[in-house]
Amino acid sequence: MKAESNEQALLKGLANNDTKAIDTIYKDNFGMIQAFILNNNGTYDDARDVFQEAMITLYEKAKSESFVLTCQIKTYIYSVCRRLWLKRLQQAGRYVLQSEAVDDLVPVEEDMDIHERRNAEFSIMERALNSLGEPCKSILEAYYLKKQDMNEIAASFGYTNADNAKNQKYKCLMRLKKLFFAQYNIGD
Amino acid sequence: MEDIQLIEATERYLNGTMSEAEKTAFEQLRKNTPEVDQMVVEHKLFLHQMDAYSDHRNLKQALHDAHSRLVDKGDISENGRSNGKAKIVQLWQKYRRVTGIAASIAGITALVISWMVAALSPNANNTRIQQLGREIEQIKRNQQYQGVKLNEVENKIPKGTTLKGGGSAFLLDSKGYLLTNAHVIKDAKGILVVNKGKEYSASVIYANAAQDLAILKINDSDFTTAAQLPYGIRKNSSELGEEIFTLGYPRNDIVYNMGYLSSRTGFEGDSSSYQISLPANPGNSGGPVFNKNGEIIGVLSTRQTQAEGVVFAIKSKGIYQLVDEMKKADTATKRIKLPAGSNLKGVERRQQIAEIEDCVFLVNVYN
Repeated sequence: MKAESNEQALLKGLANNDTKAIDTIYKDNFGMIQAFILNNNGTYDDARDVFQEAMITLYEKAKSESFVLTCQIKTYIYSVCRRLWLKRLQQAGRYVLQSEAVDDLVPVEEDMDIHERRNAEFSIMERALNSLGEPCKSILEAYYLKKQDMNEIAASFGYTNADNAKNQKYKCLMRLKKLFFAQYNIGD
Repeated sequence: MEDIQLIEATERYLNGTMSEAEKTAFEQLRKNTPEVDQMVVEHKLFLHQMDAYSDHRNLKQALHDAHSRLVDKGDISENGRSNGKAKIVQLWQKYRRVTGIAASIAGITALVISWMVAALSPNANNTRIQQLGREIEQIKRNQQYQGVKLNEVENKIPKGTTLKGGGSAFLLDSKGYLLTNAHVIKDAKGILVVNKGKEYSASVIYANAAQDLAILKINDSDFTTAAQLPYGIRKNSSELGEEIFTLGYPRNDIVYNMGYLSSRTGFEGDSSSYQISLPANPGNSGGPVFNKNGEIIGVLSTRQTQAEGVVFAIKSKGIYQLVDEMKKADTATKRIKLPAGSNLKGVERRQQIAEIEDCVFLVNVYN
């Protein structure tokens, strides 16, 4: 009972980007995944990538409104990592999983699909941002990602006043939106 | 309203930083202007994407930081920083299946090769060449021994001996001198030679094991001297491809076989013999090898056990050498005169055989 509430607290922490919660989950589960990846033709870098990918999936799940984790964090992470690694091995033309550290796997296909779709969206955004060029990219990142105030932005980018910065930001935003929606179809 | 102000208003509206009055006015505007309404929805979606993207990036960064932090603290290990063997272990784990498969293939190949070598290569201890003397098994030997005893009016078998084997022989001189292989009469206590059912006792008067030739003399008074031998013994060498034939006793009846001269040298380059190609079996040893003119060109002696149809015959020149040696050693044999010319030239083969047949003997050796 206690362990369960403990896990719930960890997930809540993760959803709120709490460093302590992230560290705890990371520490408790990384070793297992690393061993699994290394045992199955992977490297240390593969282990890190796959594990972090699984953490992001868990994060997305923890953040969603309809969130219910029906199993232990450990089982969930292992299931996701196993899926991810299997997929990578198949893409590389190599297959065969040798060790099964945890026998009880949970179905994660649905979550993985959501995760993959999100990843696709993020990469559209990333590509759009990167093709903007400076100073548009930095201004928009400062405003929308770092949530900076227009006055701060004007100061740090060297605009004489916030209005000029706002004007620049507006132009940049229009370009970004155009680039983004060229790839991202609302209808779909 | 300018676009830039519209966007700003939309963002404030979506952020919830508008005052109630402004909000009501903005909502009124949305209701009245479909373009604005559409823009608001679109912008909302865009901002949502931005926020999600921002979250994602921040999380990635946070995870990255957590990773570095934990590695620094030593809670997780990586790249062999706390495990020196990691790289090798990793390589081993990566390639152990491949290594295993390669090793088993190598192992199986080695086994197969060694098996093949063992199965196909001739055993060094085996005699690679087989002397064509006739070895008769115990039962057959006894049967024949009894048969001979029953059928013969006059028993010429030496007392207290059994039939060991035998071969073939042919007349060198009409006075009863026979030539055969030394291996045929090896360890003989008694010798009977047979021609057309008639047995004569004989004895070895000269043998040269190195040459593998021996001369027998028929001691029997029953033996009637033939006038003259129909064949001659060739002094010169014969040529490759020459047609040859032989008469011998691989069984109790005389057997004819023909073939050709295949090589000027014998087993492993032995220049004192020929390689010939004709069917030969145990018992053919000591038989004469004729060319088509009825000249003896050799004495059939051995065959190669690992190859089919490879038979060797001692060159007829060796017969002259043997007789010369013997004459030097034993003056009593001076009377031997080897037949020089052949009367069988141009004669039909059946006729040749009919004449030669009388001069080729089955040699039975007892010990």
